[in-house]
Amino acid sequence: MVTRLIDRSVTAFAWLSGLVLTASVVGLMGYVLIKGMGSLSPRLFFGNTAPLDALLLRRQVFDGIFPATVGTLTLVGLAIFIAMPIGIAAGIYMAEFATPRIQSVFGLFFDILAGIPSILVGLFGFSVALFFHHRVSDRIAPCLLISALSLAFLVLPYLIRTTQTALENLPRHVRVTAPALGASRLQTIIYVLLPQALSGIVSGVILSVGRCAEDTAVIMLTGVVATAGLPSSLLSSYEALPFFIYTISAQYADQAELMRGYGAAIVLLAVCALLFTLATLIRHRLADHLFYGTR
Amino acid sequence: MRTERLVQRLLGLAAGCSVAVTLLIFGFMVILGLPLATGGTFFRMFTSAWLPHQGVYGIAPMVAGTLSIASLAVVFSVPVSLGCAALISVLGSGPLPALLHRLVRFMTGIPTVVYGFAGIFLLVPLVREWAGRGSGMCILSAALLLGVLIAPTMILFFSDSFASVPRTYLEAAEALGATPVQKLLHVVIPCSWRGLTSGVVLALGRAVGDTLIALMIAGNATAMPGSVLEPARTLTAHIALVVAADFDSLEFRTLFACGIILYLCTTVMVIFTRRIGAAWEQQRW
Repeated sequence: MVTRLIDRSVTAFAWLSGLVLTASVVGLMGYVLIKGMGSLSPRLFFGNTAPLDALLLRRQVFDGIFPATVGTLTLVGLAIFIAMPIGIAAGIYMAEFATPRIQSVFGLFFDILAGIPSILVGLFGFSVALFFHHRVSDRIAPCLLISALSLAFLVLPYLIRTTQTALENLPRHVRVTAPALGASRLQTIIYVLLPQALSGIVSGVILSVGRCAEDTAVIMLTGVVATAGLPSSLLSSYEALPFFIYTISAQYADQAELMRGYGAAIVLLAVCALLFTLATLIRHRLADHLFYGTR
Repeated sequence: MRTERLVQRLLGLAAGCSVAVTLLIFGFMVILGLPLATGGTFFRMFTSAWLPHQGVYGIAPMVAGTLSIASLAVVFSVPVSLGCAALISVLGSGPLPALLHRLVRFMTGIPTVVYGFAGIFLLVPLVREWAGRGSGMCILSAALLLGVLIAPTMILFFSDSFASVPRTYLEAAEALGATPVQKLLHVVIPCSWRGLTSGVVLALGRAVGDTLIALMIAGNATAMPGSVLEPARTLTAHIALVVAADFDSLEFRTLFACGIILYLCTTVMVIFTRRIGAAWEQQRW
């Protein structure tokens, strides 16, 4: 009797928590989608400027999210460009060359780097910019380059870990075949292990792109501003989508601006959802390969 | 052979640089925060209030804000996450638990700023109406939203550690006539306490480290919060708000004290989770 009651109530509680979680996520995201659906149009991006003029940089866009979108794209591209070679190289080192002792010590540092609040990485970038401003040149201030560097530090541990895990999870027979045929260690890594681990590494890179695109805490300390137009150089300030959404939520002048905020939120959500789906698809393909041995 | 050694050196250099970045972040904060310690104000700062006009830059209210918002978020989130994880890996049947699992994974990809944006225009008015006073921007609102944000970290960690319970144990329990709920309560949960603990610690770390939700929702008042319906400011939000101040001022220096606290918190949590043998894959900042 008591057993029955416990059974019933625990099961009910589990289903209830599932319902609560689903309802809150669907509620929050659905609210943004429904309220902002109406603002999705070319006007959201380009405002009153003709799209072609804006794209060819003939005229500036003042009442659209085009500069913020371009800013985010440039920023993410730069950050990944900096972080990818270092992250993947370090990941290969951790998986293939490091001794167990180095693995555990370095691993601790990467876990800490992955765990520290992103605002601290931003504070670090800001202090570095100030340091250079005082010691090296007055021209250096928080800017696009500093933001990209800080974001690169932010996703570095993630790239290292996904690369390392992808390599370490390769089945043993893949690992021993090439050396048995006389390949050197380097040849084995380049021609066998890296191609086999590619989908894992690529999905890690894609998730890092998403992480760079959505981060706000780092960039708000390292050079993003509310209105800057298109970024003109690496040392200039710039606009970005997540910061645009944040500023709109804190202070919007009129209804039109608020609607642009909703629109920007949907755009950012869509970009992140797309990247996430892409990464999942690629990783599932990896799982298929491992299971059925095709390739 | 020579190339191989060269390549190994280069790869090692990349790994070394990444470690150096971790140390450099801490080093920068210590060096820039050092004048506080030598000025004798370091320890007083943790106990006094934030009164910039009187030249008192204490961060005690921010520590209180961080602790209350983060712990409340974890308190809200743990039961729901435990229920969801149980549903996904043990109790559920039919296609719904798999869908829930997919939703939870997707949640890790939702931008924090979009959560905050939705929170300001949906959750804050609801809390304001329910409380009947204030602006609705308070500890409670921030904790509720933060609870949703950290739930996937916990659910994925919990359900993975549920799934790693040896099948033979479950089969033994089944053979003795245990119902799914009895299996969960007497076999699965006791066997996976390590995973449960590290999941909660990781989620707490995320809650402490999150900037945007608190900055957008919690109201950012510098007074010591008296109840959950009052606004508060967290350490992370404090860093974001004060950073524009003058580089040499005492006000600016206090940021590095906040930073050092947050850094040390993270280090302790990371070492703790590594000690009790947690897998890394589920951790998402």
